[in-house]
Amino acid sequence: MLNLDFGFLTAEVLSAYVLKGFLFSVQLTFVAMLGGIVLGTLLALMRLSGHAWLMMPAAAYVNTMRSIPLVMVILWFFLLIPLLTGRPLGAEMSALITFTLFEAAYYSEIMRAGIQSIPRGQIAAGYALGMTYAQTMRLVVLPQAFRNMLPVLLTQTIILFQDTSLVYAIGAYDLLKGFELVGKNFNRPVETYLVAALIYFVISFSLSTLVKRLQARISIIR
Amino acid sequence: MIEIRNVSKWYGQFQVLTDCSTKIEKGEVVVVCGPSGSGKSTLIKCVNGLESFQQGEVIVNGISVGDAKTNLPKLRAHVGMVFQHFELFPHLTITENLEIGQVKVLGRSRDEARERGLKLLDRVGLRSQADKYPGQLSGGQQQRVAIARALAMDPICMLFDEPTSALDPEMINEVLDVMVELATEGMTMMVVTHEMGFARKVAHRVIFMDQGRIIEDAAKEDFFGTPRSERAQLFLSKILGH
Ligand SMILES: Nc1ncnc2c1ncn2[C@@H]1O[C@H](COP(=O)(O)OP(=O)(O)OP(=O)(O)O)[C@@H](O)[C@H]1O
Ligand SMILES: [Mg+2]
Repeated sequence: MLNLDFGFLTAEVLSAYVLKGFLFSVQLTFVAMLGGIVLGTLLALMRLSGHAWLMMPAAAYVNTMRSIPLVMVILWFFLLIPLLTGRPLGAEMSALITFTLFEAAYYSEIMRAGIQSIPRGQIAAGYALGMTYAQTMRLVVLPQAFRNMLPVLLTQTIILFQDTSLVYAIGAYDLLKGFELVGKNFNRPVETYLVAALIYFVISFSLSTLVKRLQARISIIR
Repeated sequence: MIEIRNVSKWYGQFQVLTDCSTKIEKGEVVVVCGPSGSGKSTLIKCVNGLESFQQGEVIVNGISVGDAKTNLPKLRAHVGMVFQHFELFPHLTITENLEIGQVKVLGRSRDEARERGLKLLDRVGLRSQADKYPGQLSGGQQQRVAIARALAMDPICMLFDEPTSALDPEMINEVLDVMVELATEGMTMMVVTHEMGFARKVAHRVIFMDQGRIIEDAAKEDFFGTPRSERAQLFLSKILGH
């Protein structure tokens, strides 16, 4: 039988080891979500622009990112940037940039579907009022696309939160790393990884419950 | 006010418009009718440049729509358009729908835009709906708001593309009433519709289209008297028949 003992996981231990990592995981999630949505929306607009010299690079970028495992992108970015620029970036900064660039590809696919779901008549109505292309996008199409896609964007963000644990590959100090250190120092890896899994589960599960509620509310408004 | 000169348009090999010409004077109300697929929507959208065309010229208020140098947004800001499916912005309230063009395109202040919007809502009898969202209104109400939204821009002319054909029969009249009032006030109007009652009441001229051509372009009295073309006669007897 497993002989589990969680007694060593006191509040002091958690705040000494885990809190810092937790805050970084949250920061990474938020930065990559906001940056990824902004960059992803730009990529989506490029892909739908009708201009080959905008569409092709955007499509190439998105398809490349989506064809490489995230952990490899994290590693390569971390290893290559110092080689190219001559100075190390730091694991945390490297993770923030990599995740933003990587998630942008996924958010862009979501925003592209959202933009395409807006009826052409809405665009015509914007133009007919005298709006420019940019105004029609900004005032008419994107707000609706964003609203329609909000549940999907948030679901992607939950996946993103879980994926932040991959920064272990470059040694960044995230939630998982915090638990790993506790496990090592107290020689209790089984218990700490169990608690870590539980925390990832509780956060992700409550977020997806929230998304479901949101989805129900949006479908009532529409 | 609106002049269409020998306009032709193709979708690939398929010719949608063939050598269309007509002229709409200031204050004139012109009804465009014809069978489905005859190019009515395409023609009316050429007037504000929502559709491009390969041949001919469209002149609105002295400005050439097809000219690459023309500032289309600026031109469209003063050409009102009402669509078959209303196309109100569903994420904005009725008031915001009325304000957005005035503020973002004409540069009016929000207060000024709100006042103008509410005045027009009053006019189409929907003041009480100001804070609702389009989805909470009936089709007829939405279309009246759409007309008010176009009027809020102080248009020099109004284009209507089948404004009542997506409506339940009992809502058609509330929209037509607003349009009749506009017409009698002297608004220049180009109206694609099969509502011949409206045409009889306020139109000056009726244009009949078939297969991308303007077959008939006649004063209302002549058109409803005896249309010259057989196609138009047949069409008229069909839509007036039921
Ligand atoms: N984007 C497009 N590509 C190819 N063909 C098109 C396109 N848009 C319209 N058409 C064709 O052009 C023709 C004219 O269309 P249009 O919508 O102007 O007709 P309409 O007279 O308004 O018909 P309706 O009464 O059904 O609204 C139709 O045969 C239609 O199938
Ligand atoms: Mg049509």
